[in-house]
Amino acid sequence: MTTSSRFPAPPAAELRAVTKRYGEVVALDRVDLALEPGEVTALLGPNGAGKTTCVKLLLGLTRPDAGRAEVFGGDPDGTAQRVRVGAMMQISKVPETLKVREHLELFASYYPRPLPRAEAIAAAGLEGLEGRPFGKLSGGQKQRLMFALAMVGDPDLLFLDEPTVGLDVEARRGFWEQVRRRVEQEGRTVLLTSHYLEEADALADRVVVIHRGQVVADGSPAEIKSRAAARRIRCTTRLDAGEVAGLPGVSRARRDRRSLEIVAASAETVVRELLARDPGLTDLEVTGAGLEEAFLDLTRDHDDHPAAAAEKGAA
Amino acid sequence: MTSATLNPAVAAPPRPARRSLRRIYRLEAWYELVKVLRMPAFAIPTIAFPVMFYLLFGVSFGRSFPAGPVTMATYLLGTYGAFGVIGAALFGFGVGVAVERGQGWTLLKRASPMPAGAYFAAKLAMATVFGSAVVASLFLLGRFAAGVELPSATWAALGGVLIAGALPFCAFGLALGYLAGPNSAPAVVNLIYLPMGFLSGLWIPINVLPGPMKTIALGLPAYHYAQLALKTFGADLGQPAWIHLTYLAVFTALSLAVARWAYRRDEGRTYG
Repeated sequence: MTTSSRFPAPPAAELRAVTKRYGEVVALDRVDLALEPGEVTALLGPNGAGKTTCVKLLLGLTRPDAGRAEVFGGDPDGTAQRVRVGAMMQISKVPETLKVREHLELFASYYPRPLPRAEAIAAAGLEGLEGRPFGKLSGGQKQRLMFALAMVGDPDLLFLDEPTVGLDVEARRGFWEQVRRRVEQEGRTVLLTSHYLEEADALADRVVVIHRGQVVADGSPAEIKSRAAARRIRCTTRLDAGEVAGLPGVSRARRDRRSLEIVAASAETVVRELLARDPGLTDLEVTGAGLEEAFLDLTRDHDDHPAAAAEKGAA
Repeated sequence: MTSATLNPAVAAPPRPARRSLRRIYRLEAWYELVKVLRMPAFAIPTIAFPVMFYLLFGVSFGRSFPAGPVTMATYLLGTYGAFGVIGAALFGFGVGVAVERGQGWTLLKRASPMPAGAYFAAKLAMATVFGSAVVASLFLLGRFAAGVELPSATWAALGGVLIAGALPFCAFGLALGYLAGPNSAPAVVNLIYLPMGFLSGLWIPINVLPGPMKTIALGLPAYHYAQLALKTFGADLGQPAWIHLTYLAVFTALSLAVARWAYRRDEGRTYG
């Protein structure tokens, strides 16, 4: 155990300074991402942030324009790597006329040491549906088959790309339960992409927020949640942005034409303090920053004030 | 290696098992066939159209009209056989690939450790099985309903040529499958398949077609394929076989090159 801390295990998969362009669009801009063995990492971000591109690079489905993608120390598209990897991707269909059992038998044949079929069926909660063709499954059952296909090779590394898109709340919770049971007990390395913070919170040890092709935050789900729970306060005031930024609980303040925009962990204490300091304050507006907002916020910091972003990381 | 099997307690290799490539290819081909057999919209027309055409033109008119040295019933056995095999290859392979690209199925396959060849070999096997089913149906009709009589060596040669013809058209189907969008693929394939079949003399004997059309036929792969089939009973136009074979070999190579290029192009897209 002591040796493992002195010589930390190499990452199970890694993007090193990866840039990826699709024509004129820069999908990823010098992204570094290392998946630690046995850890569930959630890649969180709005649509088009570059999450799926990260997954495709690590699955060897596309190549970086600059930088390097590595899985288990080798090329992601090598067979030695691929037999240790399972993937659930954003695809609409697998052949509809083949039955659950048949799909699993075929996928299992690709791997040297697949799960027994009954175990794969149980892992995905598909008991009793073995003989049903894919086309006759419900949306939630289809997702569970996709999960079973990802799991059937007993992979060390699992990619779950937006696994619950299109599922209702109940199906989504059920799915998380399945994933957690399989993943937590067995120490698999997982990369999950999602735009639901709730999903990342339910499944991940670590959350990496990506926006416009750049990593803008990296921390525990609790850290990212508190970040996303921030409030945005706007008001017209004579107070100086620098002064307000120094108030307790304020993570950022800046002047935007006439009004002042403040991001704070808790609105109440800050508003009380603002009113005490400037009784002439008007146009007070408090909104939840929300996840999307928090992302945009982080990106803006990233673009405009690298120092401010670094400071926030410390707080 | 052997020590591990002799003394598992010492070696205890975590991954002793190996996957069997033969099993992967076999299962892939089997399930490709099962999948398609359960899709009546593909399975029925692929076999029924050539059979129906043969019943209409081969069996009903076949005995009375001569087509060169043979009866029309014999002649159409060669050309509708070719028509059926081409259909199975273009629709099974071409439309199949395009549709599965659209669904994302090929993307999941490519991310898996499946050897890429297994997917294509399975589709080739499926198209060959369907092509053979068409040829067998036509042979039975020809022999027993239209009274076609050929030496058994000729039956064998005709069957062999017809089934081997699946290869160039599977290659062509593969290229179309990667070039065409999933929704437009059936229309694109029909727009190529039907005119090409007509102009190559698959429906009406080539020497009945007007002069300019005959010239066009020389540039079409289906013409060269059908000529090879007709040559087995001496009803071709008399060009040497090597011309047809060379044309089809070049056509196959070009199709595979285009398919390869289009496959690569797919990598940069959202689906593929």
